[in-house]
Amino acid sequence: MPTFVYMTRCDGCGHCVDICPSDIMHIDKKYRRALNIEPNMCWECYSCVKACPHQAIDVRGYADFAPLGHSVRVIRDERKGTIAWRVKFRDGRVKNFLSPITTKPWGSAIPDFRNEAEPTQEARDSELLAFEPESIRLDDGGLHTLESNGLKLKEGVYY
Amino acid sequence: MDITTTPIAALALAENGIAWADMQTYVTVMIALVIVMTIADLLHKKSATYFFQAAEKADELLAAGEAESSIGNETGRLKQLSTGDKVNALVATVAIDVATAGEFSNGPRRLVHIFTMWGFVLFVAATAIIIYGEAENAMSATAWNIGAIMLLVGSWGYWFAFKVDCQSEAQSYFQIDLRKDIFSLGLMGTSLATLGWEIYGGGTGTWFTLVLISTTALFGSVYWSKFSHMFFKPAAAYNKRIIEANGTNENLPHETRDDEWQKNRHSMELLKDAPMDMGLGIKRSKPENY
Repeated sequence: MPTFVYMTRCDGCGHCVDICPSDIMHIDKKYRRALNIEPNMCWECYSCVKACPHQAIDVRGYADFAPLGHSVRVIRDERKGTIAWRVKFRDGRVKNFLSPITTKPWGSAIPDFRNEAEPTQEARDSELLAFEPESIRLDDGGLHTLESNGLKLKEGVYY
Repeated sequence: MDITTTPIAALALAENGIAWADMQTYVTVMIALVIVMTIADLLHKKSATYFFQAAEKADELLAAGEAESSIGNETGRLKQLSTGDKVNALVATVAIDVATAGEFSNGPRRLVHIFTMWGFVLFVAATAIIIYGEAENAMSATAWNIGAIMLLVGSWGYWFAFKVDCQSEAQSYFQIDLRKDIFSLGLMGTSLATLGWEIYGGGTGTWFTLVLISTTALFGSVYWSKFSHMFFKPAAAYNKRIIEANGTNENLPHETRDDEWQKNRHSMELLKDAPMDMGLGIKRSKPENY
């Protein structure tokens, strides 16, 4: 499902060009709007679709499995820390999803390694990675489970 | 350079100048070229058809109402717009999207667009008023000069600050593709030649020839250039406001954390105590790595 750009919505800001891992999102030299220069090389990562501040990028389903006007659209709202999906199936069913993409304000949880002490020789020889076991909370009451945290796994699919 | 006069009136009144009637013929031909070529461009690109289709699609979604089988909160999403809502959308389109180039989220780029657009409008309107009115006054001449200066700042600013920046191929400022750059070059040439013409005393010399070449290139290349975007961009902006207001919004998701219903969902528990504004993530840095 390669991406394409609604030229009337795009303002040529370049976020998609920056983020595309295939380097196939470019700015058109005449219209100064984004375009996918090589749809065959698009691996449908949705990075550009999510990064676009104007929702100008969409993904087109191949005709063999999406011939009847399905649609999968997304809004990644950084400020609110959520991503919303709206999936419309070929038979008219609609599903809406909203999920967190961060639980803390952006940039507030970047570790500052400059202030950390150098690892000891013992730590270097250990099979544990840096900051383990604290970072995976195994030093604090063993393995954390839903049960130990007072949570329950609900049955079925829930949204 | 006196901004309360223009070289146009001086040329018309000069002994070996150009008559008002000839100037009017030239302007009329340019206007006709813009009209004919914009219509041809509209037909060729099918932009009008696109907008009608988009409007029809939104109406269909609206008529279909909420999907019967849906997961998520669909209640009260769609709304039939009243005439007042449509007028509001129109006013917002004119005041924000058209007058202040609201489309651009990139501030400096928005600024050069405002300079170019308003400079062009002032310059063209003042030229037409002077030539068809067969006289200039301090107001029309000042508007003409300010328009030309704004156009110069906007078009040249765009070329050197943005045009090259948005090309991943690292082309130089001076690498020109005439077919692609004709609109930018037409605006840059028109503003520069016009001001040069005025500064170097008007008349019918080299600068005047440059004015004629650049304006003819600008207005005569509408079919190939992006000149006509000034007609279909407002239509697109209006369409965007309408579909956002009536809730169809091209099938874009509409659910947000603000909904009470969302706050209590299991998947959203992690955000229960988080601030409503999490700041900017990837959008914190300007896109400049291409």
